[in-house]
Amino acid sequence: MTALAGRPKTGLDANAMIVGGILLLGALWSLFAAASGADANMRIHAWVIGLGFVLGLFGMVGVYSSGGVERDPAQYNETIVKYGVVASMFWAIAGLLVGVIIACQLAWPALLSWDALPQLNFGRLRPVHTSAVIFAFGGNVLIATSFYVVQRTTRARLAGGVWPWFVFWGYQLFIVVAATGYLLGITQSKEYAEPEWYADLWLTIVWVAYLLVFLGTLAKRKEPHIYVANWFYLAFIVTIALLHVVNNLAMPVSFLGSRSYAAFSGVQDALTQWWYGHNAVGFFLTAGFLAIMYYFIPKRAERPVYSYRLSIIHFWALIFIYIWAGPHHLHYTALPEWAQTLGMTFSIMLWMPSWGGMINGLMTLSGAWDKLRTDPVIRMLVVSVAFYGMSTFEGPVMSVRAVNSLSHYTDWTIGHVHSGALGWVGFISFGAIYCLVPWLWKRKGMFSRALIEWHFWIATLGILLYITSMWVSGIMQGLMWRSYDSLGFLEYSFVQTVEAMHPSYIIRALGGLMYLVGALLMAWNVYKTIKGDVADTEDAVNPQSAAIQPAE
Amino acid sequence: MAKKQNPIWGWHKKVLEQNSLVLTVGVLAVVSIGGLVEIAPLFYLDETIEEVEGVRPYSPLALMGRDIYIREGCYNCHSQMVRPLRDEVERYGHYSLAAESMYDHPFQWGSKRTGPDLARVGNKYSDEWHRDHMRDPRSVVPESIMPPYAFLETTRLETEVVEGRLRALRRLGVPYTDEMIENAEADLEAQLDPFSASYDAFVARYPGAPIRDFDGNPEMISELDALIAYLQVLGTMVDFSTYEADADENLR
Repeated sequence: MTALAGRPKTGLDANAMIVGGILLLGALWSLFAAASGADANMRIHAWVIGLGFVLGLFGMVGVYSSGGVERDPAQYNETIVKYGVVASMFWAIAGLLVGVIIACQLAWPALLSWDALPQLNFGRLRPVHTSAVIFAFGGNVLIATSFYVVQRTTRARLAGGVWPWFVFWGYQLFIVVAATGYLLGITQSKEYAEPEWYADLWLTIVWVAYLLVFLGTLAKRKEPHIYVANWFYLAFIVTIALLHVVNNLAMPVSFLGSRSYAAFSGVQDALTQWWYGHNAVGFFLTAGFLAIMYYFIPKRAERPVYSYRLSIIHFWALIFIYIWAGPHHLHYTALPEWAQTLGMTFSIMLWMPSWGGMINGLMTLSGAWDKLRTDPVIRMLVVSVAFYGMSTFEGPVMSVRAVNSLSHYTDWTIGHVHSGALGWVGFISFGAIYCLVPWLWKRKGMFSRALIEWHFWIATLGILLYITSMWVSGIMQGLMWRSYDSLGFLEYSFVQTVEAMHPSYIIRALGGLMYLVGALLMAWNVYKTIKGDVADTEDAVNPQSAAIQPAE
Repeated sequence: MAKKQNPIWGWHKKVLEQNSLVLTVGVLAVVSIGGLVEIAPLFYLDETIEEVEGVRPYSPLALMGRDIYIREGCYNCHSQMVRPLRDEVERYGHYSLAAESMYDHPFQWGSKRTGPDLARVGNKYSDEWHRDHMRDPRSVVPESIMPPYAFLETTRLETEVVEGRLRALRRLGVPYTDEMIENAEADLEAQLDPFSASYDAFVARYPGAPIRDFDGNPEMISELDALIAYLQVLGTMVDFSTYEADADENLR
């Protein structure tokens, strides 16, 4: 008997029956929707969704005909983390590529829009880009790292048998359904919450399963204390569930139709949306990735977290204050002024816990600062925390009403978002993946350290080009809008401001392209490492055994 | 001499860090406060939405146009929210009121002006201008970076779905009457023909709605008909001659 065949498997258990039942129901709904959907878009989209469910069912038949999923309690479930790493890499390239395409569309609109292909117009591709980078790339990084970290810090195998796999593949299905929907024009038009009601419902099921797998693993832990990274992962999972459900409350036109109307309207809907929107940043793109910071930086630097008490203050202050900040997206709008003022006040307060967290991350390198010079992965992680500090300072500044009157509606916002997204979220994710790949595939290190260096520098320069060009175009446009001539007339027509931004748009596209090239170098490096082409490497990593060590 | 430790650290370590469910409930409680304090009052404070005359639900054709506006992602580049700043009011018109989007499920205020604000675009340009602009934006604004939407005028509007859409909106509180819902498809067609038999009934149901063939092609009800009908009504409903910005009930 080989070692592989000897591993215990679940067999066809109750979990499998429930998952199979969900997939079967999904496939049946898709069939009805494809045959007699209420609108033309539904009848097309249902084929994509149905295909997903049928593939899922085939996959289950394949797995359970050979005994089910592995359940060896003495081993960590590393396979699912490997899948997550590969998926993260794939969606990173896809999302960044769409980003470069839409940046080019703004720079050269006549060249890159086609009468016959409305699917590829900027208005439909922009949510493909934002969802692909935030939810597909970012989400897969969070799922993969949370599954890794929660096992290692609890010394327990991931709970739930087939459920983690349901979470992983269900999440990929959500991404595909959302993105194909946008191309077809299926959207609720709520930014970062564009998917229609049926995709939202599906994500809710997947997310509840994710929460239960996470809590189930915490419940099995062999360590008495829950490690700080897990607090952040837990806050991310719980709060995203709350935000997602409330913001997506909607009335479908038909239960076999692609269109729904949001439950709230006008001013109430606006604040609900930006309560969601800002906390998608706060809990998806911040709390989740801070969890990565709290595990991977100490692990890679081989130093303990700088301050335990600071991490407690950081955690509770951050999650309490973040949730209030949404109204700063609605300054000078028809939202009542008291709400705007509350949002502004809390946004400024948010600066403190944000920097507290940054200090906790950076100071973890105390006594290991030399690694900044020698280890490009540490450098990437640390620069990411520095970008976090920069964008969490810029954010409160922009939330001040007077500043916002200039910055709002302009590219300054786009630049701000990307200093956080490319600098903080992107780099901390890349750093974590560079750590994970040799650990998971049991290699001595990454295939090429030089490629990591190239990735770091090309991407860093790309970010700088991106954010500086957006500062220039955003501040310039804001000033041009409010500029008066000596006779007291508005000095510029709207389209003159558009024309003035053309050079910035070209530089931005170049910056984005450089960031994409960096990610492509990384994908090649990851591929070669997984393939096993790692010779003796100068920066060998500490091996991480898949066997669960007994508690000390 | 050992310094006395604040009991909160020990409590955190013993209780929150050792009970995953207590931690989960704690997180939920802490993140609920902000939303409850900020959002919930908007639903019951009377002064959240001004009292104005003229705001009514969208006509069926304009509603279909609004759905196309959403489908094409226009909100990604166009806001519908004029702020009370001197240059904006001069450029676009009266600042937007909360009342003007009270039937917008969801709101279309937007967050970015890659193109100009559209809150008051209604009646600003002719239908012919909109037709040319949708066919090829650069034919009327050479520096424009907007993509062309030429397919709209050759795509038939899915008129049969409109009744269900009015019905769904009524379930959410938009005051569409039974009569409006029953006549949804007929009203959609009536808005395109100033000489139709149901002209008077349509005007009574949707006062002030523009009535004409928006895309210039009476042979077909196109998506362009609907989109222009929507754009031409934007920002035109409130009668600002009767609106008193300084009245007590409108100060927020």
